[in-house]
Formats: sequence, structure tokens, C-alpha cells
Amino acid sequence: MTTAAGEAPRAVVIEGLHKSFGDLHVLRGIDLQVADHEVICLIGASGSGKSTLLRCVNLIEPIDAGRIVVEGDEITAPGVDVDAIRRRIGIVFQSFNLFPHMSVLHNITLAPTKVVGTPAGEADAEARELLDRFGLADKAEEYPDRLSGGQQQRVAIMRALAMRPDIMLLDEVTSALDPELVAEVLDVIRELAAAGMTMLIATHEMGFARDIATRVCFLDDGVIAEHGPPEQIFGGPQHERTRQFLARIVAAGRM
Amino acid sequence: MAAGSGGTPNLHSPPGTPELDPRFPLPRGSRRSRILGGGEPGARSVWIAVASTVAFFGVAAILIVSSPGWPEIKSTFFNGRVFEESFPKIVRQFGTNVFIFLVAEVFVLIVALFFAVLRSLPGPVFAPLRILAIAYTDIFRGIPTILVISLLGFGMPALRLQGLPKSEVFWAIVALTLVYSAYVTEVYRAGIESVHPSQTAAARSLGLSRLQSMRHVILPQAVRRVVPPLLNDFIGLQKDSALVAFLGVVEALQTANIISAAEFNFTPFVSLALVYLVITIPQTRFVDWLVERDRKRRQGGTVL
Repeated sequence: MTTAAGEAPRAVVIEGLHKSFGDLHVLRGIDLQVADHEVICLIGASGSGKSTLLRCVNLIEPIDAGRIVVEGDEITAPGVDVDAIRRRIGIVFQSFNLFPHMSVLHNITLAPTKVVGTPAGEADAEARELLDRFGLADKAEEYPDRLSGGQQQRVAIMRALAMRPDIMLLDEVTSALDPELVAEVLDVIRELAAAGMTMLIATHEMGFARDIATRVCFLDDGVIAEHGPPEQIFGGPQHERTRQFLARIVAAGRM
Repeated sequence: MAAGSGGTPNLHSPPGTPELDPRFPLPRGSRRSRILGGGEPGARSVWIAVASTVAFFGVAAILIVSSPGWPEIKSTFFNGRVFEESFPKIVRQFGTNVFIFLVAEVFVLIVALFFAVLRSLPGPVFAPLRILAIAYTDIFRGIPTILVISLLGFGMPALRLQGLPKSEVFWAIVALTLVYSAYVTEVYRAGIESVHPSQTAAARSLGLSRLQSMRHVILPQAVRRVVPPLLNDFIGLQKDSALVAFLGVVEALQTANIISAAEFNFTPFVSLALVYLVITIPQTRFVDWLVERDRKRRQGGTVL
């Protein structure tokens, strides 16, 4: 596997990953290497395993076979400190999952203060800095239900960023948003990419994937059927299934 | 959104203005209009309601008072002299009941939370703890409260064990705590299970431990949701504080009993009933108000 990053250190290495839910064999042997500062977009039909793959990397779902190595540490080894690993891997969900009983500021500072032990004042200052950077400084004291979907999702991204993760996993973060709110969230992700954040992004926004990805992986039936730079995947897909999938996307008017 | 925009959804209406959203009409059923029989509470319908209420209860009162047995009933249950004598004494002794149920309520909150958290522990390792919690709630919800009070209140002091308290009030509090914690455990558990699993996933994904997630994310949301059923159980507990009389503790019911026996009159029991109503009805109304407020919020609020 050659990447633009060449000999750069591997942020994530996934080997032979299998995951089943009961009889449903969702991931059937995923192999993927992600270099530092790479932005990988996972595309594919619903049910192809994109979300499950991300949830496995964050250890929300225990895996059945294979291994995942993050920055040189095998996180799927038995007896690892799961909480310590999760600190280094931020994940943002499709449905935001903000804590509804906490202010925006408290949502962001909870993990730094409780998990890392950052003093409250310091965590507050850092959270306000993040809010400022992403244009939500005036919402710090608001509760999530007073925010639009786009704003909530931006807060969810900041909440993950506050832990200063090595890697960010974004699980269809714009799928639950009204169309006019998608752009503000994508802008945040673009900024993260520009700042060099290593990201694994499951998305249905093909234009965005083409734009931001260093590499695109097409998942089909639990395996990475095809991967390569966006020009190759979107411009001249090699596999029949990739071509069919993209044809459906175009027919649906989503690209 | 403009009033009466006739069903064309306005795509530009900002979220978070639920009272203007035609998809979520505000409930009409405020308490007042429900008593008045629904519809708009105009001045006319208020007068009709007042008049028919006065007429109904007036006729009922006249029928009762003019019935042949009324004088006996009045002197036995609603005796003014006995009431004046017994009421202050009963109120004074009711302090013991208040002490018993307040202490029991504090311990119920703690013990029930403990068992609810035990029961929600996942994974095979914690199976014995879950079984323990289930057995506890099954047993103490299945035994009559008076039986638990008797077992502990008569039984424990009879053991004459060194260091074991002999006070009936102490064992009554223990018994009420054990019984009501079993109910409240289930209330808490329903609350914990009502918080969507995605909240746990979000908390754990940030690196919070299982306990931290429970403490900072799940429980605060769960407890807020179960306040009404929790208060209902507390009202039950307050009423059951009278069962302590069974142990011979001189609390309000026992006091009423003593005066009643001395006077050959049941007015003291009516006095005590009045005391209970004075403390329970406001709480019941408060619970109703909380439930109603939650219902309105759920219907009107945007949960994005």
C-alpha cells in the first residue's frame, strides 16, 4: 500500500478485522493503514460497515478477530486500558449525542476535568478558545436543546477535540442535519484537516470526500473493495461495485 | 412562523421556537379547563361550573345532614369537643412520624441508588451482584410492610445482642427503608434505562470510566426523569409511617388510638386523617404539576 505520506509513521494500522452482530457478519476482514495527518474518507452503501469500523477503532464495539494498532500500541490486545486509549481517539456521532443536562461549556470541559484532571479554570479557558475558534463563543452557557443541529454537531466536534486526540473518527456527522446546516459542519472538518488532524471519516457527502480526502476507501459487504486517491475512486473506479455505487449516487443527485 | 400559514412549512423558521410550530400544537388541557369540562374557559362557563358545583354539593350536604343516623355519626366521628382536645396532641405526636419518614426517605434515596447501580452493571463478572439486587427487590416488594416492621421491630430487640439497638423507632426506620428502597430501586432503574445508550457511548468514547459515565452523564438525567414516581413512593412511605404504631411506639396513630379508647369516640382518627391529608395532598398536587410540566415540555420542546 503506497500513500502520499510515503514512510511517515502509521497513525492507525488495521489488520484482518472481523466483526459480527449475531449472525450478521458486518466486517469481513478489513485491512487499512492510515498515516499521520491523513484524511481517509470511508464511502459505501448503508450497512456496508463504515460506522461499525469506526466504532471498532474506538473500542465501542469489541472486535471478533484481527488487530488494531494506534500510534504503535495494539489497542485490541487483551488487558489494555480501554479508557486511556479512548482519550487519544476522538469520535463524533451522527446524532451528536451531546449531554442535554449540561451547558455547551460543561459538555466540552467534562472529559478534560474528569478524565485528564485538568483544573477547571484551565479547561474552561481552553473550551472557550475552541468555541471562539469555531464561532460559537456566544453559545457557551446555552444548553444543547437551544442550539441548531449544525451548532450541536460543531459542539460535539469540539467536545472530542478538547481531549487533544491523536485521531478523530467522524461517523456520518452531517447525515442528521438539514441541508442548509451541513456546510458549517464541513467547514469545521476542513479546518481540522488543514491543521493536520488525522481523520477517519464515514460520509455520504461525496463532493466533500473528493475535496478533503487524501484517500477514499469504498466499503462493500464488509470489506474495502477499492481504495485510492479521490481522483481515482471518483474519476476512474476500477471495480464494478464501486462504479455501480457511484452511479446510484449520481442518479440520486448527490454528486 | 406566521400564524395560520396554512400548512406550508416554513423552512427558515429557527429551531427552538416550539410554541409557534403548527406540528406541535400546545395542549389545551390545563387543569382549570379540564375541571370546567374542556373548551374555552369563558366567563359564562365559569359561572355554570360554579353554580352546578354549589348545587350538587349543597344537595348532597342537605341529604347527609338530614338523614336519620346523622346525629350519631356526627358525635362519633366529627365531635367538636373531642377534636379540640385530641388534635393538638396528635399533631405533637405526628412529629415522631415526621422524624421516621424523613430519616427513612434520606436512606431510601441512598440505598435504592446503590441497588439500582448494582443492577445496571453489565457483563458476566457482575452477575452475582445483579442477582443480589434482583433478589433484594423481589423479596422486599413481595412481603407486606407490616410484616417486615414486625419482624425487625419485635424480632431484633428480642435477640438482646450486644451493640444491637433496641429502639423500636430505629428498627421501624430500618424496615421502612428496606421496603421502600426496593420500590425506589425499580424507579431509579427505569430512569437509568430510559437514558439512551448513545449517551453512555458518548461518555465512554471521551475516556470516562463506567462509573464516571454513570455519575456525570446517566444518573443526572435519570434522576430528573423519575422525580414524580419517586415522590409518589415517598407519599406512600409517609402514610406507612403510621404502621409503626403496631410496635407500640407512641406516635400519631397510637396517640389517636389511646384518646379514642378513653373517649369511646372516633374523632381522633379523623383528626389524624386530616393531618395526613394536609401533608399529602399538596405533594400529590406538586407531582401532578411536575408531570404536566414534563408532558408540555415533551410536546412543545424540540428534541434535536
